[in-house]
Amino acid sequence: MEKKEFPVGGVIPKGGTAHEYSTGGWRKLRPVVNKDKCTNCLICWVMCPDSAVIAEDGKMMGFDLDHCKGCGICAVECPDKVKAIKMVEEAE
Amino acid sequence: MAITATKGQVGLTGNAAVAYAMKQVNPDVFPAYPITPSTAIVEDFSSYVADGEVTTELITVESEHSAMSACIGASAAGARVMTATSSQGLALMWEMLYIASGMRLPIVLADVNRALSAPINIHCDHSDSMGARDSGWIQLYAETVQEAYDNTFMAVRIAEHAKVRLPAMVCFDGFITSHAIENISLLEDQEIQDFVGAYKAENPMLDTDNPVTYGAMTLPDAYIDFKYQQSQAMMRAKDAAVEVMKDFGKRFGREYGLFDTYRLEDADTAIVILNSAAGTTKVAIDELRKQGKKVGLLRPRLFRPFPWQEMVEALKNVKAVAVLDRADSMNAFGGPLFNEVRSALYDLDQRPKIFGRTYGLGGRDYKVKDAVAVFEELSRVVETGKVETLLKYITL
Ligand code: SF4
Ligand code: SF4
Repeated sequence: MEKKEFPVGGVIPKGGTAHEYSTGGWRKLRPVVNKDKCTNCLICWVMCPDSAVIAEDGKMMGFDLDHCKGCGICAVECPDKVKAIKMVEEAE
Repeated sequence: MAITATKGQVGLTGNAAVAYAMKQVNPDVFPAYPITPSTAIVEDFSSYVADGEVTTELITVESEHSAMSACIGASAAGARVMTATSSQGLALMWEMLYIASGMRLPIVLADVNRALSAPINIHCDHSDSMGARDSGWIQLYAETVQEAYDNTFMAVRIAEHAKVRLPAMVCFDGFITSHAIENISLLEDQEIQDFVGAYKAENPMLDTDNPVTYGAMTLPDAYIDFKYQQSQAMMRAKDAAVEVMKDFGKRFGREYGLFDTYRLEDADTAIVILNSAAGTTKVAIDELRKQGKKVGLLRPRLFRPFPWQEMVEALKNVKAVAVLDRADSMNAFGGPLFNEVRSALYDLDQRPKIFGRTYGLGGRDYKVKDAVAVFEELSRVVETGKVETLLKYITL
């Protein structure tokens, strides 16, 4: 965007722009799901603060790694009897 | 205070007049937390809300920080917003003042000038609004109740001006102006509505068909560019103020400028002073003029933006100027008004001699004899060509 066109007052003049901005680069730990264990309860999808769990047709499909920040909330919230999500070092 | 007269003269305190002005503007939202000496504005305005005389949403909050936060939220939502405060209240708003101006939200705030603690004091000086002078708000100052009333309407127009879009502060002296009754002339509701016009918000958050984000993070690749825009808007605010004041004069017959002058045209010496103390200074000027002394006054009305070119033009033929501040910058180099007037005069080849005096802090009286004493000092400076004392406190 041209500087002259910068919106007055720093307003972002449209919605949904977070999609275009990758925040996944902050991540140190990456969530990995074991689909054999996963029961598709979608608790991880509800609890993820960055809407980075992808769900389709009521099924947990994996993670949007462009926006997952690696906080591990999904791994903690995945029910104790299931524990289908593991956090692994990005470096690995 | 119930006001029935809408024509001709009516006796009102500064607070009652400004609350009435706000009633006539009928803003969409009025978040407020009362504080002395501006309490009566909030009291009166809440009566107008309770009596159904305005359609305003009054938001009572738990602090001034919240009051200004609610102003910002409501203004970003698309509302015309007003509030009032003083002293510690304005100080508690500090963080949010910069956010209001940075987001370019044309909120109008009445600041009834009162000293800052410590020691605690409820009386007049300008340390509250002077402390906020770099917060990006337009600042208008008023000598009288009439002017405070009139400035309230002009502030709305200047703040919302398409080339400006900045919040504006209407400042007048605590107790001296806020609590003293003056005969003033009120305008009619319809005249006010025609003057301020309907508010058209830019990028209102309540326009859900066009979602926007306020308060996003900017990094080194954009922050300075937004600040540059804001700075340019403040520069444009001077012309906008002139335009609005002219229109006000044309409609209602009361002429206002960037500053007020009194017997300055042929003056050898002049006092530069804000707000109500200008009235006292004018009495001193009349007395000294009777003795043949060529003395005059310049009273800034628009302090932000600072109309320095025009001020230089008005002061360039004066031989010696005293700038009187009712606030101390605590910089060991004089008050804010002194520093800015002195800096403005720097480029003149023939600069007037200049000194600064701090007066009237915490409501200490500034009397005619104090103004006369300053003029005597000024004439000594003219005689000797030397400023003996650059800075000092008077009215001690
Ligand atoms: S690690 Fe955090 S951000 Fe990433 S998917 Fe899990 S809950 Fe969301
Ligand atoms: S919380 Fe665990 S079990 Fe439930 S959908 Fe997510 S990964 Fe699968």
